[in-house]
Amino acid sequence: MPVLEITDLTKRYGDLLAVDHMSFAVEEGETYGLLGPNGAGKTTTISMVVGVLDRDGGEVLIDGLRHDVTSVKTKALIGYVPQELALYPDLTARENLRFFGHLYGLTARPARMRITEVLELVELHERADEAVTKYSGGMMRRLNIAIGLLNRPRLLVLDEPTAGVDPHSRNAILESVQRLAAEGVATLYTTHYMEEAERLCDRVGIVDAGHMLAEGTRRELVGLLDEHDRVILRVADGAARAVPTLRDLPGVLKAGGEDGDLELIVNEARSLLPAIIGALGEAGVEVRSVEVREPDLESVFLHITGKALRD
Amino acid sequence: MPPVMAILLKDLRQRSRDSTLLLFGVLLPLGLAFLFSLMLGGGDGSRFNARYAVADLDRGPDATAFVGQVLEPLERRGTVSLQRVSSVQDGARLLERKEADAVFVIPAGFSSATTPEVIGGAHAPIAVQVAREMAQAFAMERQSIRLAVLAASRGLPVDEERDSRLARRAQEVAAPLTLVSDTSATRRQLDTATYHAAGMAIFFQFFVAMFVMAAVFEERRSRVLARVLAAPVPRAAVLGGKALCGILIGLMSMAVVVAASTWLMGARWGPPLGVVALVIAGVLAVTGIAAAVAGFSNTSEQAANRISVVAMVLGVFGGALFPIPQLGVLEVASHLTPHRWFLTGLADLAAGLSPGALLTPVLVLLAIAAATGGLALTRVGGMTRT
Ligand SMILES: Nc1ncnc2c1ncn2[C@@H]1O[C@H](COP(=O)(O)OP(=O)(O)OP(=O)(O)O)[C@@H](O)[C@H]1O
Ligand SMILES: [Mg+2]
Repeated sequence: MPVLEITDLTKRYGDLLAVDHMSFAVEEGETYGLLGPNGAGKTTTISMVVGVLDRDGGEVLIDGLRHDVTSVKTKALIGYVPQELALYPDLTARENLRFFGHLYGLTARPARMRITEVLELVELHERADEAVTKYSGGMMRRLNIAIGLLNRPRLLVLDEPTAGVDPHSRNAILESVQRLAAEGVATLYTTHYMEEAERLCDRVGIVDAGHMLAEGTRRELVGLLDEHDRVILRVADGAARAVPTLRDLPGVLKAGGEDGDLELIVNEARSLLPAIIGALGEAGVEVRSVEVREPDLESVFLHITGKALRD
Repeated sequence: MPPVMAILLKDLRQRSRDSTLLLFGVLLPLGLAFLFSLMLGGGDGSRFNARYAVADLDRGPDATAFVGQVLEPLERRGTVSLQRVSSVQDGARLLERKEADAVFVIPAGFSSATTPEVIGGAHAPIAVQVAREMAQAFAMERQSIRLAVLAASRGLPVDEERDSRLARRAQEVAAPLTLVSDTSATRRQLDTATYHAAGMAIFFQFFVAMFVMAAVFEERRSRVLARVLAAPVPRAAVLGGKALCGILIGLMSMAVVVAASTWLMGARWGPPLGVVALVIAGVLAVTGIAAAVAGFSNTSEQAANRISVVAMVLGVFGGALFPIPQLGVLEVASHLTPHRWFLTGLADLAAGLSPGALLTPVLVLLAIAAATGGLALTRVGGMTRT
């Protein structure tokens, strides 16, 4: 049974259909990414999943139990990291954690231990007793995440947790999500960073304008494209001379180019690369640089919606 | 720990960090008691002596009223010494030479909507604080008169003459140093000092409740409320925690008013148990009303504005700001306000009536609290909408 299963989830704001019959499921230990541009409906979907927003239609099941804004039992199973910094700035990090710990029913001793654990996890233990107003943006982000981990959730829901975080902290955040997934936590992760989705997520749902446009593993999604790998070579001279030779190589679908540039459309760029370089060498063409472009989720998004993920 | 307690503790901690607790729980009630002790005499307050200067740059009727009704009587009683200066600079010079403790500046264009400015000398913090409180109280009183006149003439055709007559009458009544000697049963036995302190104290409860309730909207705006609601917590606990916080701060400020007015002005509040019952019922009623008003608001500004207006109107009708009977028709309306019942209860206590006589006011106050609190609960969904 999936930890999270949503069916035909729908939300309207006036005339705007912010989420339109969205359905997907997240299994234990699985990280599921919602990838979509600004305004796609990611946060709206997540708000219904965590039970802070009333839905207009559809159903949310947590561990098979019906879940909505008034469900207390299922809410205890969810850890939520909102997109905004949902903190009390005039309290310290530890006081923030203690308060939310109380809300999740943690009793004094286990709460203290768990608070120390999550503070260490997000590397804030040395400044835990400072008021949050004195934190940098990235530190607030990390505390924002720490609160979501307090209750050892079955389902962890993170809404763009890395926005505005430096690469080091970002890496730490991604690693902790991966670690939790390895421990069996089901994770729902939204982002508009394609690299994050590719690195973290077992499966990705591509959303736009409230619709789920496609979902699957990275490989499955890329398979939706007619697109193939591309190899772009910069050569000293004799590009034109090399083209027919390259065209004859098995696995090369197209080859073209002029002056110093050659562009090849191929099936499997990485395995074909030695043969390509070899052929050019035989033809007496000196290679200056090689670039391989494999289709990614960004291209999938472009392919499906006709627009870029970020503008 | 039940969620409502966790929320209460967290809110108390926040309110102590942002000094709401200190301001509303201690300083303001203390200032009020001190102010009344100055204006009404009695107790140790009469030993207080401050040197004030006043620069009246306006000379209009409101400015004259402030000097004539607030400052000069104090001067006559020897509580303050007063120097008139013709410019702010002259006043500042007096401060520099420590020849005055504070300067009241009445700016040109002064009207009932403005507060006299106070420039304080660093050498006399208490005298400066008292000056500020006096200016504030004066402005507040003017404001309430305006509202009362508006309320009294609502629904009637516009009649400027009548309105200004009403305003004049109200101002005469409101002159802070007019010792009230009315014959109504309500206050016959309640001495002026206690009456004013009690009226102001219950009036200020609205502002305590307002600050505490406004936090709901702040939390909603900052989205931290969404996170609270994602936790396994019933929505009503959010409101409950806030209301409890308001009630605690309210009780604290009431306790300070009672203690300080007894000590400073020799106010006679009557048997402690009865006072405690009335104070608790009164604070509950006011918190309930504020919560209900907040329940029909969408932002903290809106809630604050509406609660202030409700506080003013109820305060005027309820006789917390100036005596009721002298505004005739409004007397009947006063029975709809918690202030009236609170003050009636205190008067009964002071009159030495049996504790049974307290039953009606206390029950009415509790009924107001239950009805408005219940109404607020029906609005929890809307208030915590994310
Ligand atoms: N409270 C609201 N009232 C009206 N419209 C809203 C409200 N909240 C969201 N919307 C609209 O719903 C749509 C989806 O918004 P949502 O916040 O879910 O997008 P998102 O995918 O999370 O975007 P982002 O990447 O910018 O966070 C948007 O068009 C937004 O304007
Ligand atoms: Mg969003």
